[in-house]
Amino acid sequence: MGDTLPHPTDKAFWHYVGLMTSASDHEPPAEPPAGLAPTTPPAVSIRGLYKHFGEKIAVAGISLDVPAGSFYGIVGPNGAGKTTMLSMATGLLRPDGGTVAINGLDLWTNLFEVKRTLGILPDGMATFDRLTGTQFVTYAGLLRGMDRATVTARTADLLAALDLRESADKLIVDYSAGMTKKVTLAAALIHAPRVLVLDEPFESVDPVSAAHIREILTEYVRTGGTVIVSSHVMDLVQRMCDHVAVVAGGQILAAGTVDDVRAGRSLEDRFVELVGRSHTAEGLAWLRTS
Amino acid sequence: MVAHLVRLKLVLLGNALKRSVWQILGLVFSLLYASTVGIALFAGLAYLSRRDIDMAATVVVFAGGLLVLAWWFLPLVAFGVDSTLDPQRFALFAIRRRDLLWGLGIAGLVGVPGLLTVLVTLGTLLVWRESPAAMLAALVCWVVAVATCVVGSRATTTALAPLRSSRRFREVTGVLVFLPLLVIAPLAAWASGEIDADRVTLHQVADVVSWLPFGAVWGVPAAVAAGDLGVAAAKLAIAVATLVVLVALWGWALDRMLTSPARRDGHGARPRGLGVFGFLPATPTWAVVARCLVYWVRDPRYVGSLAVVPLLPFLVHFIDPGTGIAMLALAPVTAFMLGWIISADVAYDHTAFWLHVVTGVSGRADRLGRVIAAGLVGVPVTAVFTVGAAWFTGRWDDLPAVVGASFGVLLTALGLSSVVSARFVYPVPKPGDGPFSTPQGSAVANLTIQTGGWLVLGLLVLPEIAVAAVATGNPALGWAACVTGLALGSAVLVVGVRLGGRVYDVRSAELMQQVIAIG
Repeated sequence: MGDTLPHPTDKAFWHYVGLMTSASDHEPPAEPPAGLAPTTPPAVSIRGLYKHFGEKIAVAGISLDVPAGSFYGIVGPNGAGKTTMLSMATGLLRPDGGTVAINGLDLWTNLFEVKRTLGILPDGMATFDRLTGTQFVTYAGLLRGMDRATVTARTADLLAALDLRESADKLIVDYSAGMTKKVTLAAALIHAPRVLVLDEPFESVDPVSAAHIREILTEYVRTGGTVIVSSHVMDLVQRMCDHVAVVAGGQILAAGTVDDVRAGRSLEDRFVELVGRSHTAEGLAWLRTS
Repeated sequence: MVAHLVRLKLVLLGNALKRSVWQILGLVFSLLYASTVGIALFAGLAYLSRRDIDMAATVVVFAGGLLVLAWWFLPLVAFGVDSTLDPQRFALFAIRRRDLLWGLGIAGLVGVPGLLTVLVTLGTLLVWRESPAAMLAALVCWVVAVATCVVGSRATTTALAPLRSSRRFREVTGVLVFLPLLVIAPLAAWASGEIDADRVTLHQVADVVSWLPFGAVWGVPAAVAAGDLGVAAAKLAIAVATLVVLVALWGWALDRMLTSPARRDGHGARPRGLGVFGFLPATPTWAVVARCLVYWVRDPRYVGSLAVVPLLPFLVHFIDPGTGIAMLALAPVTAFMLGWIISADVAYDHTAFWLHVVTGVSGRADRLGRVIAAGLVGVPVTAVFTVGAAWFTGRWDDLPAVVGASFGVLLTALGLSSVVSARFVYPVPKPGDGPFSTPQGSAVANLTIQTGGWLVLGLLVLPEIAVAAVATGNPALGWAACVTGLALGSAVLVVGVRLGGRVYDVRSAELMQQVIAIG
């Protein structure tokens, strides 16, 4: 099994990560692919995705196209079905109905091939926290069948790029929540995936590291990768992403380029308008201290 | 506050029942079982009330003492701590300690064992119906006894709770929890010898027990009935003092738990570099092996299962009838246990299992990796026990048969576990919890899958065991048993890993959902 996947993001991206850390690679960065052909299939294409848990419908028939090379934000209130949707789009959960295609390849009939091209950071899941940071990232690489030399080099690069070098030999169980996020992100990047799906990647991550991660992701997109992030932070999505989808109640309320969706207003205002403000603070009169 | 906590406990119980039919069935079964036991005990108590005081006192003190000890120590070893009302969860609420103690104490009685204890101990009043004074004493003692049971169980579990997150836990746990067992077994053997020889009567032993902290409360009514008020007062004093000490211990442990929320143990040897990942081959299968080995060594849940192993020879030695046959069975039994542990491997991974799903690791690599890791732990242990048993009993002639049985069982158990853990996920202690804690409402699902699994495993190993059993005492057949055991075991292992791998490949997403569902 090959260690890397031949695709445009690979070299340039790893060169970038290398530059940030040790500048070990002196090849000039490859030019970003000039204008994706209109025939390029969407990086992620979701049709009629549906899932229920018992009585509760978590995802009620979602269809969504994520163009290749886009930085796609998924926003929505708590319990909107973002995590379930992303889990189904990445092969983590099986949908009750609907189809998912990654780069034009059907996910559930080509599970193994598709998973090799996906990098995933799930939210609210445990990690193998009795491993050290180094061991965990290495484990992710080896599980994907990569060779030891590549895994070792990339693990070192990633841990350094994510400010985890100091804690590389500490058990993850002793990490803070933000550090755990970062080490999981490293595990999602190790095989240089073509599509990155990150569920709440900035939650409990300190601002410096968050800025760092944003840089890495922006560079990754610039070199042809596709990123999907879910987030609660509208401001962040507005600044960082080029596309956005608003999800609520298991459905897509709006999707498209950020500028189209926000229609001249701030994304946050537009979001509140779409989702609907359910209550005001007026009922809490007793909370006023004066 | 007390009412709140009891109601909380009832609501939790009710919600658990709503989650599945199995929960309801489980409660019905345990109620049925408890009422059978209860009726039998009441019949026994009624019978006792017609016998002389000495006899009644002896039985009540013995049974009562055992009951108290069971409440104190069983949660640590067998059933796990009831985690529904983990005191830690109340750390952020402004609850006075006194209220919390009362509430958790009384809530501890909600449930089948609590109910049974309350009723049966109240039933001991029957025994003293000849003597109104003794009945009155028994009524007072009933309250003290129930409190001693509940408070004792809370005190031991709360006091030992910090251990479960400590990485030093593994060094301590085996000795700490099983030490009493090790002492009790020879003590019981010695006592039964003495009683057989008529040097000590049961009555005398009961007399001693009735002065001990866990037996004193049961000796009070008997002393009153015998008219020995001084002795009764002294024993009551011991009983009350015991209760006071337990409450103090519990309160102290609770305070410590509530004020030190970070239960992390940052010291301990720091692993450097890649550890075992560094020297195993760089393939998915061996990566899984490396990861599992780390867990066998570092995760208290695996370590807890292993901690029992060194103690098994001692326990087996005491139940041996003297022919060494139990000792010869030691290795197969241990192999059974070790091979079965990985039937819960995916459940032990808990949601961390996502990494296996998203990396698309093949079912074969996943299954094989887990089996090799468990084998690297199980094979040496089984080998040591096999040879050790032959050495201890001096029955070297039976060594080949025992080798066949032991390794046959180990391989078979590993093979079956590979299929079971690819298909079923049952609630186990979560990552970070100790082996002491049992997830809420897991008993029935656990029991169904475990019992089913054990039955199948029993059937699968039957030929290996049968051949070995026939071969004991017959060296010529021994080698045949050895070959049979290894061949059958290997066959089951190969089939198990293949089948498990195929099930895994098809169902990895469903497995993930099951793991999330047991939350």
